[in-house]
Amino acid sequence: MNTVKIIDVLKKIAAKIEEEKDFLTELDSPIGDSDHGINMARGFAMVNQKLDAMNTEDTGDILRNTGMALVSTVGGSSGPLYGTAFMKMGMALKGKAEVSVPEFLQAFEAGIEGIKARGKSTTGEKTMLDAMVPALDAMKAEWEASGDKSKTFASGVTAAQKGVEYTKTIIATKGRASYVGERSIGHQDPGATSFTMMLEVLAEEV
Amino acid sequence: MVGFVFVSHCEHLAESVVELAGMMAPETPMAAAGGLEDGSFGTSYDKIREAVEKVYSEDGVLVLMDMGSSVMTTEMVLEGMPDKKVKMVDCPIVEGAVTGTMDAKVGLSMEEIISDLEQVGTIKKL
Repeated sequence: MNTVKIIDVLKKIAAKIEEEKDFLTELDSPIGDSDHGINMARGFAMVNQKLDAMNTEDTGDILRNTGMALVSTVGGSSGPLYGTAFMKMGMALKGKAEVSVPEFLQAFEAGIEGIKARGKSTTGEKTMLDAMVPALDAMKAEWEASGDKSKTFASGVTAAQKGVEYTKTIIATKGRASYVGERSIGHQDPGATSFTMMLEVLAEEV
Repeated sequence: MVGFVFVSHCEHLAESVVELAGMMAPETPMAAAGGLEDGSFGTSYDKIREAVEKVYSEDGVLVLMDMGSSVMTTEMVLEGMPDKKVKMVDCPIVEGAVTGTMDAKVGLSMEEIISDLEQVGTIKKL
């Protein structure tokens, strides 16, 4: 993947988030503050705008700028969380004009670590991490087993989707949903859902 | 004098904390960073950064937050100003604001105020 491709994928992610904005907000309404879709769409609209002005051969730059745009415009927890993840991925890919699958996986891992640190969170708390961590694990295993790019990304999507289903079965102990306590059971996590959407777009494009 | 920034998802809530604390400590520098630029609910990186800059002096600034993204966004603002004397405090925002700004008014240092504020959440009202 080069810079042109990454910009293209981010633009498609922005379009997807805009398209799913109402659905994401709806998911956030029983267990959160009904703003996930609106916030994410606002953030990615700014990312879209920034991408148009971006002229770089550095994939790390693109991701870092994406993260900064999200931090300053999202306005909810997904701002600092996704923002930190993209910025960490950007740092991991700094100076690279092309990104290989192992490099992507390394950057993805750095992004996840960033989210864990920012949110003082881990898996099993009904957050985006419940889709991200299984996706990363599945992708690492598939890449090691087959070395096939498409299969690797497809395995990540399947694991992330399963992760979203898993969030329906557990009680939220982080974020606004933790105030809802055990009444959060039965509802899927909006952050895990938006992440899975992003990965689905990426998997179609690689 | 130590300055204060109050971060909330709600613009009015943050502004009201400034008003309430200002009743007893009108001399203490305070700034509100509530809601998004357009006044809707959320936390704004730029509003927080500007609020810190507005009340900043070499005596330092303490930031009190409500919850969730207020805390995480503030954390990112502070990471962006590593040379500044500014810290987040983990305490209830209203009670902490009143206690902290009164402390600042009588000239306590940032460290002394922090240690006072750490007790604020432990005091029972009933």
